[in-house]
Formats: sequence, C-alpha cells, structure tokens
Amino acid sequence: MSILIDAETRVICQGFTGRQGSFHSSQALEYGTRVVGGVTPGKGGQEHLGLPVFDTVRDAVQGTGADASMIYVPAPFAADAILEAAAAGIRTIACITEGIPVLDMLQVKAALQGSEVNLVGPNCPGVITPGGCKLGIMPGAIHRPGSVGIVSRSGTLTYEAVHQTTKCGLGQSTCVGIGGDPVHGMSFIDCLSLFEEDPQTRGMILVGEIGGNAEEEAAEYIRCCVKKPVVAYIAGITAPAGKRMGHAGAIISAGKGSAKGKIAVLNSGGVEVVRSPAEMGACIQSALGTS
Amino acid sequence: MNIHEYQTKDLLKGYGVPVPQGKVAHTDANAATAAEDIGGERWVVKAQIHAGGRGKGGGVKVAESVDQVRQYADQMIGSSLVTPQTGPEGRLVHRVLVEEASSIVKEFYLGLVIDRATQRITVIASDSGGMEIEEVARKNPERVVREVIDPAVGMQDFQCRKTAARIGLTGKQMSGAVKMMKALYRCFRDKDALLAEINPLALVEDGSLVAVDAKMSFDGNALYKQSDITELRDFDEEDPKEVEATGHGLNYIALDGDVGCIVNGAGLAMATMDAISFHGGKPANFLDVGGGASPEKVGNAFRIVLQDDNVKIILVNIFAGINRCDWIAEGLVQAMKDLDINVPIVVRLAGTNVEQGREILKSSGFPFIMAGNLDDAATRVVDKLKGATP
Repeated sequence: MSILIDAETRVICQGFTGRQGSFHSSQALEYGTRVVGGVTPGKGGQEHLGLPVFDTVRDAVQGTGADASMIYVPAPFAADAILEAAAAGIRTIACITEGIPVLDMLQVKAALQGSEVNLVGPNCPGVITPGGCKLGIMPGAIHRPGSVGIVSRSGTLTYEAVHQTTKCGLGQSTCVGIGGDPVHGMSFIDCLSLFEEDPQTRGMILVGEIGGNAEEEAAEYIRCCVKKPVVAYIAGITAPAGKRMGHAGAIISAGKGSAKGKIAVLNSGGVEVVRSPAEMGACIQSALGTS
Repeated sequence: MNIHEYQTKDLLKGYGVPVPQGKVAHTDANAATAAEDIGGERWVVKAQIHAGGRGKGGGVKVAESVDQVRQYADQMIGSSLVTPQTGPEGRLVHRVLVEEASSIVKEFYLGLVIDRATQRITVIASDSGGMEIEEVARKNPERVVREVIDPAVGMQDFQCRKTAARIGLTGKQMSGAVKMMKALYRCFRDKDALLAEINPLALVEDGSLVAVDAKMSFDGNALYKQSDITELRDFDEEDPKEVEATGHGLNYIALDGDVGCIVNGAGLAMATMDAISFHGGKPANFLDVGGGASPEKVGNAFRIVLQDDNVKIILVNIFAGINRCDWIAEGLVQAMKDLDINVPIVVRLAGTNVEQGREILKSSGFPFIMAGNLDDAATRVVDKLKGATP
C-alpha cells in the first residue's frame, strides 16, 4: 500500500510536448510509471514519446483511462489546466508549475472545494510512491520502497529526507511535496491523515518552513488524531522578519509564522523536531526502532 | 512588488476612493508650487519611500505656510530617512507628496489581505486607525474585525455594511464606507494585489471618509498581465544585487553576515542559513539557484555573492535532483577560472552523480573544501573563519 498513487495509477501529462513535460515524462517512464499519454491543445492525434497526444484532458481520460495528471504548463495557463483535469474526472493532480498568480489559485481552490480531487502543489516536486509511480520532478534513484511517509513544503529538503531514509534502510511509502505557495492544494493534515490510515507507513517525516500556520495546524491534528510517530524539521529559524525567502509562502510577518513558534507547538503536540535537516533519518529510525 | 503612497492613491482615486488633494514633487521649489496649486492654509509633506513608519523618522510633517512646505521638502529630498523598517542606513528620499491637510475627527483602519488559514481574501477593519494593525491585534484583538470574501460571488454589500457597523461607521458614514470597501476590493482583484491598506481611513470634519494614507503590494507572479502596475516599479527602492539576481533567475536576499551561501532550493537555502548560525557563523545572504541549477546559474550566483564585500567565505550546498553533481562541479570549476575568487569555498554535494562531481572538484587543482553533509559543511565554514581571524 501507499497513498495517492501506486503502480496501477494511469498517468497523463499536461504540457506533454513542451520541454519540461517531455523531459519529466520520459524520466517518469524510465522509472516505471504507467504514463499512458499526454495533453497539448492543438496537437491531438500526434504521437510523442511513443504515446498518444490529446487536445483535451477529457479526450485523454476517455482514450486512456487516466486517473492522475502531472501539470507542466506555463504559469499563466496552469490554473486552467488544473480545473480542466478536475472537470475531466482526474482524481490526483500534481501541479509542478511555479509562479501561478495567487488570485488564480484562490479561484481554483474555491472551485475544487467539496470535490474529491487531490491537488498536490502548485510549485512543488510532486508525489512519488517508490518503485511504483513517479508523478513529478524528484530524482527517482534516491528513493526506495519502505515504511516512512514524507510530506514537505520544500523540494530539495524533501530529497534530504528521502536520501537519509534510504541510506538507513527504512525507505519511503509515499513522498508528497505540497509546495511552498500561500494558496495550495493538499495540506500537511490531508497527507498525515492518509499516512495514518496507510498500513505500509509506520512513521512520518514532516518538513515545514517559516510562514503561515500550516505547521501549527498540523501539530494540533497530530496531537488529536495521529498515533504513528512523526518527526519534523522546520527551515528558517534564522530568517529575518518581513523578507520573503524564495517561496512566496515563506515569510515571517507581524511576528507570526516564525520557526521558533512552529517548533514549540509541534513539540507540545508530541512531535520530535530535529534542529538540523541532517538528523531527520536518524531521528525517525530511532522513533521506529531498528526492527 | 510594492509601490509608493502617491502611486497607490492615484490608483485608488481611479476606483472612486476619496483621497486628499495632492501633488508629488521632486524639488523644494516644486513642492512650494504644489502647495500653492492645492491652496488652503495647511499642508502635509510626506517623504515617498517604500518603508513604513515614516512619521517616526520625521518623514511626515505638517506645514502651516508655503515657505514651511518648501523648507520641509528641502530637508527631506536628497536625505536618508531612517524609520523602524529601513534599517540603520535609512532610505534615500527622491520625492515628496504634498497634500492638503485633512481635519481628522477619527481614524479607522481598512485592509484587504489573502488569509492563509481560509485561503481567501479577507477584510480587516478596526476603529483603532493610524497605528500598525499588528499592534492593535496584539494589544486589543477585540478591536480588529474580519470578514471573509467568497471568491465565487465576490464582496457583497451586506458584508461591507456589517464590517462598517462593527467599527462604528453607522448612519451617514455607512454608505461611504461600503463604497470605499467595494472600490478597494475591485482594485485588489483587478490588479492582482496581495495587500491593500487604508490606514488611517479618516472621518473628517464635514462627515466624509478620506484615505489619508494607503499602501498596496502586488503579486510579482501576476505582473505579466499588469503592465500598468509593472511601470510603477521603483528600482531605487530595491537592493541592486537582488534586482540583478532576479534578472538571472536567481533568488537572492542580502543579509548582514560574512558567509556567502549558494544553494539549490528555497527550503535547503534556509536550512543552510540555519546550520551556519547554529554552528556560530552568520550568513551573508539567502541565495536559491533554483531546483535545476545550471553551470551558468552557478557562475552568476558567484558573481552576485562576491559583490558583497563582507563575504569572507562561501558555502555551496547542492542537492542534485534532476540535474547532476558533475555538471554543477564543472560550473564551480569554470567560475573559479573566470572569476577572481580569493575567499575559501566549502562545497557540499549530494544526489545524482555525486562521486563524479567530487572527482571533478578534486582533480581541478582548486582548493575546494569538501564536506559530507550540511552540518559538516557548516562546521568547516565556521572553523575556517576562526582559523583565518584568530
């Protein structure tokens, strides 16, 4: 088992014939993902990477039975692409595109409310179930099937957590990069609740950063509803207030969203917070025991 | 992206928000002429910089005569204004806004923000205007009211009436407050704003409402569809190194330490700063070369980091995902050949093709200091600095 995606997942790529879409689709295929086709408006009927290209997501779903999509279309068109995938019945959508206007995402978020769509991102590495399905831009080779569920707001820090859990032999059930934008799809809580239900997952690593209150809400949720061990790391303890650190979401404003505050709340929720990202693997290993 | 007060007021005026009559001036003579054109007996001279807290630094003055307007403008233009938000070096004032002075009866606060918890546009209002809303929220949270806007239907009249009533704007003032809120919301939506604030929103002697000060900031990711807002950008208000970095697709923020950082990924870049600080060092910058860092980007990153004279050592921390360590290593070696780099460089590489990458650095002949993981890298940086300055 895993969450969101597995070896049976039938994947399409939106923005399939573009540079990013082509590269990452071929990487996903190489990893063993069941990529079944792609969408580029105006190029329907062509073949790309040996797979069919469709004009619309609806055509692609009808033609291939796809149930997941990874989106690489440029930022001005990405909100539309997400809504198109949702309208066509795609259940798991990973939007990799970065730089989508916040107000565009606000509309998307409102439109998806109450639907059963799982949107991951935008501005994220995507989702991977090691050995089964790679829906995103993460380097497949550092992963290994196993027992740790990883959920993270940061791309490269997710890779740190993956790398360490692979090296210590635990491996990963599924890794979800939820993205660093202020308005985004799945939250820490959405992922933690899926991991809690997933029999393959024995413990979780949560990688957060400054800004917003998602980590605080996650801490509250963990306290009430998560029995599996959770290890966390929060980036940005030394970030100055008022400066946006790369991700649009990573900013401390009016004393809120600081790393210290998040760490304190997580600690009080029973989460072990490591002070260095280099300790994530060892910490979850000791929390799970060596068996 | 931020804009000046006078630009914000121009924009809001176009949406029907009442603002004081005013003119921008680049010289003291222009300021005096502006005061004469505006007429009246009292004027406010306001330094136009992006940082807040201008009043506390002497950047907002009430003048009782045209001569005094000239005098204040002369003092402000060309001088550095230090406010609680500028840092000790202050910000050079290039222009002032001269306005008719309003006869304020009471001050309110009205703002629109994108609330992360609800992920919706939210109205924030208070009857305690004229001070920072964060301070009001901390000291008197009951005096801050919020109203969440449903993006599907937009801001409704009843929500505006409710908000106005809750901050005590009733009777004749209510309709004015509703108009102002709706105008502010329309502007916010049309222009892809992230923040819009009228503070103070003043009730003046004739019973009307006026936006005495206003501030907006806009979504940098939406500027492609907002050419009129893009034109309002003032590069004088931004760190030139940050502007140059943006041009190269790099995300750079200057800090005040001496350890230059070159990292891929925003989260890892913050984690690198944290590790340096934890081990007793001070980062000179935040720099994210992006998830797919190319050798060219690495070269540009070195150029920008080295423009900061405080930098005594550089830490390169790359976790190669989709790109490869050997490729990054070639970029590093090339940068060493192209640039005159005479500070030590600590390199931590991980991920795809890490062995080949390390081999390239070793055989290059340049004295790269290799580190295993992030903690190891930070320790080596701090040790090296201590060794260099006993």
